[in-house]
Amino acid sequence: MASVDESLTPTAEEQLEFDPTIKKKKKKSKAVSFSPDDLDDVAPQDETPDPEVDELTDMFAGLKKKKKKSTASAPLDSAEDASAGDAGAEDNVEDFDFGSQKKKKKKKVADVSAFEQQLEEAGVNEDEDAGEDDTFEKPEGEEEGEGEGEEEEAGWLNSDREYSYEELLHRFFKILRTNNPELAGERGQRYKIPPPSVMREGNKKTIFANLKDISDRMHRPYEHVMQFLFAELGTSGSVDGNSRLVIKGRFQQKQLENVLRRYIMEYVTCKTCKSISTHLAKENRLYFLVCESCGSRRSVSGIKTGFQAHIGKRKKMLG
Amino acid sequence: MSTSIENLKTFDPFADTGDDDISQPTNYIHIRIQQRNGRKTLTTVQGLPVEYDQKRILRALKKDFACNGTIVKDDELGEVIQLQGDQRVKVMDFLCTQLGIMKKNVKIHGF
Repeated sequence: MASVDESLTPTAEEQLEFDPTIKKKKKKSKAVSFSPDDLDDVAPQDETPDPEVDELTDMFAGLKKKKKKSTASAPLDSAEDASAGDAGAEDNVEDFDFGSQKKKKKKKVADVSAFEQQLEEAGVNEDEDAGEDDTFEKPEGEEEGEGEGEEEEAGWLNSDREYSYEELLHRFFKILRTNNPELAGERGQRYKIPPPSVMREGNKKTIFANLKDISDRMHRPYEHVMQFLFAELGTSGSVDGNSRLVIKGRFQQKQLENVLRRYIMEYVTCKTCKSISTHLAKENRLYFLVCESCGSRRSVSGIKTGFQAHIGKRKKMLG
Repeated sequence: MSTSIENLKTFDPFADTGDDDISQPTNYIHIRIQQRNGRKTLTTVQGLPVEYDQKRILRALKKDFACNGTIVKDDELGEVIQLQGDQRVKVMDFLCTQLGIMKKNVKIHGF
């Protein structure tokens, strides 16, 4: 579900990816609460009335709605102003060309989303891996899920049939999440790690500028992180004068992010309590991950480079 | 950890044996990627079970993915399949569907 949403606003997604979800959510609930809400007094302000009214009352809310609608593959044509605004926003976000026609844009978006889907299918297991405990969280995706729940809820709250367990459970968790997210098991915001800032140096090298910052945040020596990065990426590199990491090869921010995520899962998070406040202890050549919040210990495998193919000069291979 | 002499340690039955941890890494299959010049990449498959005929697997892989590849003999790691291009996901699929290797025993490395 995240993939479709991502395709809508790719750049925004990337920017947001490392931000905590709370802010976003707060804003949303507020926006919703603007709208007239007279369903019942017991329910808190996070119900959505019918979408039409919402759209007309609030531009922001309209934008949100539109996004949701389009992800459900039902383009909304009635609200002209809202859609126009949305298109403008899309333009803004995507590649700053206001001049291009809407039709074309739509098609492109669809293409991208299809591609993303393919990617998703192809990389199912990696996603699973990442999804297990996502350190770099994806606010858009989460929001999407919530939105669906909201729509459903609006439907069943009006009817006076018996509420099913599932519906009530969803409702409970949603209210809990809006009011105090700590209790709803959202540990996401505790793991705030700045996005890797990646630059290209020349044609063949990549600079990873805030490695020190990130490894400090994870309480790991940057040498360890560096070792892992090199082993995973199958390259080599060095640290320059400003303690930036120079990696051989071309890498994008997203790729490094994935590798870092894997590092965090493997060497930082406690498997028992999912806490990030851990440290690595070395005993008899073995590394142990010791959790500082629950005290559990587990052994982690050392970083192995594995097989490295010889690239380039043939002479080396023979010699 | 209390005694300094390693041999005199008593066996602690409740200690974390890490049994599955130890048995697993021996038969992990690592799929790696390496960047070459330009946009070119190389995929290596390391640690395939010895009971499989590497040559035949390679032939099938080459045909399926329409790429070239070789078997490289490494001193420590045994035979490693090398394929041209980024074939990581496809190799993984192949291993899981054709050879019946569990997904959790395959590790994909790289970005």
